[in-house]
Amino acid sequence: MTDHILFHDIDEPGLNTLAVYERRGGYEMLRKALSLAPQQITDELLASNVRGRGGAGFAMGRKVSFMPAGQMDKYLVCNADESEPGTFKDRELMTKTPHTLIEGIVIAAFAAGANRSFIYIRGEYQQQADILDAALEEAYAAGYLGDNILGSGFNLSLVVHRGAGAYICGEETALLDSLEGKRGNPRLKPPFPANQGLFQGPTLINNVETLMTAPHILRIGGEEYAKIGTANSTGTKVVSVSGHVKRPGNYEIVLGTSSREIIYDLAGGPQDGREIKLWFPGGSSSPVLTKDDLDLPYDFDAMAKAGSMLGSGAIIVVDDSVSVVDVAYKTAAFYAHESCGKCSPCREGTRWTVRMLQRMKDGLATPMDLDIMASVQTRIIGNCLCVLGDAMAMPIGSMVAKFRDEFEEYIEAARQRSPYGDETPVVEPVLIQGAAA
Amino acid sequence: MALGDKVTRFSHGSRVPGWDEAVDPAKDPASVPDPTAVQVPPELRAEIEAHMAKYPDRRSATIPALAAAQRLHGWCSPEAIEQVATVMRLTPGYVVAVATFYDQLDTRPVGRHRVYVCTNISCSLLGGDELLHALEEELGDDPDVHVRHFECLGACDIAPMASVDGIYVGPITREEVPILAEQIRANEAPLPDKQILRRASTDPYANTREFPRPDPLAQRAVPGGAMPVRPAEQETFGEMPGDQPGPSAPLEGT
Repeated sequence: MTDHILFHDIDEPGLNTLAVYERRGGYEMLRKALSLAPQQITDELLASNVRGRGGAGFAMGRKVSFMPAGQMDKYLVCNADESEPGTFKDRELMTKTPHTLIEGIVIAAFAAGANRSFIYIRGEYQQQADILDAALEEAYAAGYLGDNILGSGFNLSLVVHRGAGAYICGEETALLDSLEGKRGNPRLKPPFPANQGLFQGPTLINNVETLMTAPHILRIGGEEYAKIGTANSTGTKVVSVSGHVKRPGNYEIVLGTSSREIIYDLAGGPQDGREIKLWFPGGSSSPVLTKDDLDLPYDFDAMAKAGSMLGSGAIIVVDDSVSVVDVAYKTAAFYAHESCGKCSPCREGTRWTVRMLQRMKDGLATPMDLDIMASVQTRIIGNCLCVLGDAMAMPIGSMVAKFRDEFEEYIEAARQRSPYGDETPVVEPVLIQGAAA
Repeated sequence: MALGDKVTRFSHGSRVPGWDEAVDPAKDPASVPDPTAVQVPPELRAEIEAHMAKYPDRRSATIPALAAAQRLHGWCSPEAIEQVATVMRLTPGYVVAVATFYDQLDTRPVGRHRVYVCTNISCSLLGGDELLHALEEELGDDPDVHVRHFECLGACDIAPMASVDGIYVGPITREEVPILAEQIRANEAPLPDKQILRRASTDPYANTREFPRPDPLAQRAVPGGAMPVRPAEQETFGEMPGDQPGPSAPLEGT
């Protein structure tokens, strides 16, 4: 079946072992890759037009082609720090078929000319890291890793590096700092990692799912792969659906499938009698969409056109039993907790947003607070080294824009309930210094 | 069992060095500890050195080294920090800076069993906060157990869920909380039927053939391609939080 590539027979017992993986044709694409010139692999990746599955959606082939030529220490880092709320696709893929990841890493490293590679896996995924370590050992023993891989003369070492719990380390430059043994603070870009990354060397960083796609692209052929999905969103994608649906889980879909089909037909839709109020199409960082957007095709362009993004492919469904203010509070509190503190707009902006939402919940907020909160969001976007602050500002901003009535009703109702009632001090604009003049 | 007199305490009675103790500005910051003066358990030294050998720069091993020291000492105690600094030839200040950044490294003494309850968006929609409160109620008095909230653990498909010493379990129902608490106390495998490694794919088209399911629960749920369905809402923890003080009930009907 063509539309299941990564998830094809995913539950086959023992797929995490080398024996079963090889019986199913595993590591054959590595043999093929090593017989090609690195440029030919890059060309296949470019032809496939496969876009990064981690969140930013940057074309993988182009990323590989940015790696400088010549003899120097180059690195490949697999980003397995899957921390975006709502995302759990890499977890299932690494649990069930770790050798696909190793094969993809060797192929990509060969194309990029990297001789050292790392899998940066989040510390919470202990079980997955253990599975990867076991797979790694098998791959080293079988000669798929190490020196002179399969007699090709190509050397590659691979280390599974466990993080210790920090969302920011999923950001590529923070990940590099963390991998160098520092606090996970993002770096100023440029220089981009392809020029100066890990240990100052050129570094190719890709998401787990992206790297796992590489062997399949070689098998199918870049041009054939590009025919799956839509013109600008090629291939299949593992989508994590969670929240208020009957069957939360990972589903592999062809990009361009209707969102309604994913949420209702695959994931079962909301519980009976409930309606979808809002949904995050690409993890908690993506601006929210409403039930009016359910018929949009699920691909990079359609999501961008609707004012949101495909992100990591994590759909979080929220039904009408929950107030949008509570969802906003949870979202903002997460980013406030995870902000690394390096840039002021993010460090302060996330905290102020939480405090303003807390005021709303406490019945102390005025309608003006809503405008202030919305304006805080616009002041974060684009003003930091990384997009963590933006990742809060975009969904919160979109919630205020799309559910302003509900926010206002909530503020009013909470004020009525609060012990202060109507006596809540309302800050008139005239009281603000200078405003009267 | 109370910790009692077994632990070393600082002069102000706490197990943690005082954060507000005056700093002596004339004193130089701590330098790399003298390797002859600091006793490092040989197995910890061996593990840290093995980690350092894996990287082009030894400092890359800081997180794995701290994790190893934490396994040995129970938390990143001043003693643990000093031992890591000694083996890695770093200043204690550098090591502390790293340790305080990461959620899984505890710079305060905590229970041996770490129970992380996800309270992020997807889990809280299905009762993650209530699960946290229920577990805190069951286990709060046990000094051996550290129950805390955690940001998204990457297992929204089994919401509401918890990570028990690294083992993911879910969805946890209200009835299972006392059972889980007992298993944690007894150091047994938590809810074996609900561990994530035993979970089959929910994608109905992923498998072209029937495979023996790793999970006895899922086995029951999949005759003839029918898909496992999340239990009805009343069996789980239900709705969104009320985790913060103050009026925060949903607006419905107002």
